Amino acid sequence: MNKKLVNWLSWLLILILVVLIVMFLSLCIGSVRVSLSQIFNPSDRITKEILFKIRLPRIILGFAVGGALATAGVILQGLFRNPLVEPYTLGISGGAGVFVCLNIVLRIYQKFGVITFPISGFVGAGLVIILVYILSIKKGKLRIQGLLLTGVMISFISSSIIMLIMAITRAENLHGIVFWIMGSLEEPDMFLVKMTFLVSILGLLISCIFSLDLNAFSCGEEEAHHLGVDVEKTKKLLFILASVLTGVCVSVAGIIGFVGLLVPHLMRMLVGEDHRILLLSSYLCGAGFLIFSDTLARTIISPLELPVGVITGIIGGSLFIYVLTKRGR
Amino acid sequence: MLEIKNLVCGYDNFLLKDINFKVNSSELVGIIGPNGSGKTTLIRAITKLVKPKEGKIIYQGKDITELSFKELAKEIAVVSQDVHFPDMVKVKDFVLLGRIPHFKKFQFLETNKDLEIVEEVMKLTGVLEIKDRFLKETSGGERQLVLITKALAQQPKLLLLDEPTAHLDITHKIKILDLIRRLNKKYGLTVLIVLHDLNLASQYCDRLILLKEGKIYKIGTPSEVLTYQIIEEVYQTVVVVKENPINLRPYVFLVSEEERRKFDYTD
Repeated sequence: MNKKLVNWLSWLLILILVVLIVMFLSLCIGSVRVSLSQIFNPSDRITKEILFKIRLPRIILGFAVGGALATAGVILQGLFRNPLVEPYTLGISGGAGVFVCLNIVLRIYQKFGVITFPISGFVGAGLVIILVYILSIKKGKLRIQGLLLTGVMISFISSSIIMLIMAITRAENLHGIVFWIMGSLEEPDMFLVKMTFLVSILGLLISCIFSLDLNAFSCGEEEAHHLGVDVEKTKKLLFILASVLTGVCVSVAGIIGFVGLLVPHLMRMLVGEDHRILLLSSYLCGAGFLIFSDTLARTIISPLELPVGVITGIIGGSLFIYVLTKRGR
Repeated sequence: MLEIKNLVCGYDNFLLKDINFKVNSSELVGIIGPNGSGKTTLIRAITKLVKPKEGKIIYQGKDITELSFKELAKEIAVVSQDVHFPDMVKVKDFVLLGRIPHFKKFQFLETNKDLEIVEEVMKLTGVLEIKDRFLKETSGGERQLVLITKALAQQPKLLLLDEPTAHLDITHKIKILDLIRRLNKKYGLTVLIVLHDLNLASQYCDRLILLKEGKIYKIGTPSEVLTYQIIEEVYQTVVVVKENPINLRPYVFLVSEEERRKFDYTD
């Protein structure tokens, strides 16, 4: 046990270090360069503003969203015993997206405040989960294959609905939707940043409580039952958790793909299949990966800015193909 | 140890009916019967995967519906056919999963005691030498042994096995059944085992439960159950039963259509 624990702790330490380095890099780099010493002791008010009002909130949001998406990915992959599953393939992201779009178009947020964004995201994600669940439940049991297919179909339908909304809406709404959809960590509202951070950390802690159950799930639902896991209850709880995490992320940062797919995959290769370490390490890796991608997104064609979803798509997609071909050999 | 009273359970298209039997402590009982006679359903009922519609399943004086899944998993371990083997997990880590029912609430790390037990059962079943292999590097026979080892890591008092020797070569068949017999004799483990092969059932089991179309057709010692009249009635095929000279238990010979004509074995 000691050897395993030492191994796990050293991986965590390495990942924490990497995340810290990425964070400091992200604070320094940008259209205005800030040296490392200035971070701890900013010389003028403008630097201070840039550091703590613009860059730091983005980093915190990147940390929270990256971690939450990776966690949702690990949970779903654990439940389905399928490495290709993530919030997007199950249609959870799509469902959340449709509802956030409706919120923008119908201007509900102007009446009830920004809190309606995460709520509409969660409602959309939750509705999709319930819908997929009802459609693929047979004789009181969840059919995993059916669920996966239904999920993919729902994600197609929801992207079409988003297109439809974009086609018929007024031009001033369009810009907001387009930028939001491609994924952006720019969130002027500090309340949303704080809330996302809180939800994300809480989600990680709750999922860690289920890490042993997820380990049991790795040999099939019936085996998990034989190991004393209340299969149906655990499945439902974890689905809700994954949809809360996804819904909140989509509502503040748009649809950012590949984090939930790629990060858990990479971590499995590095730290192994045990969810007790996989959840924590994937959270950290997802956080670091998204902060890094966001830094690239705002510097690569500076002073212009790319949507972060483009970066994660390109990096994540190519790495994923590499991993797949390497595994196939 | 295990008592089943007037059990009715099953699905829309299949029902087990009027199931009554007892399994005593340290007994090795075999369940036999044709395909679709309800053997697996019976195992699933005992492990609470199928709810009883009527009747009771009593384990050590307690109705199993009153026991939580976790309490049950500490007492009863199952080697089922429907298992997913995660490729990239090492044998020793897979066996360690068997300790999950014994983890306390909010306990995340295995104790030294858990590791000792895992080491011990791996030694017992002989998988110790392959403990560092990934599951994808093991053969079908080795996997079955690993699965039994995981079940033993649960430290069960009752072990249920659903056709543990299906698809295995004779070397592994004997190896696995010898192991189960040894566990039963040496450690007093109570075993309820589903077997398709009547001769293996005859060879290894103290008593046999023969199922036909969801009902118990006959319970008794192998000599009582495995007579040609009973087998021909239940399986609707012609057989010859002789005494096995090695263990003096019944041995079932299957008779092909051609042989039937040749020797004029007709009903």
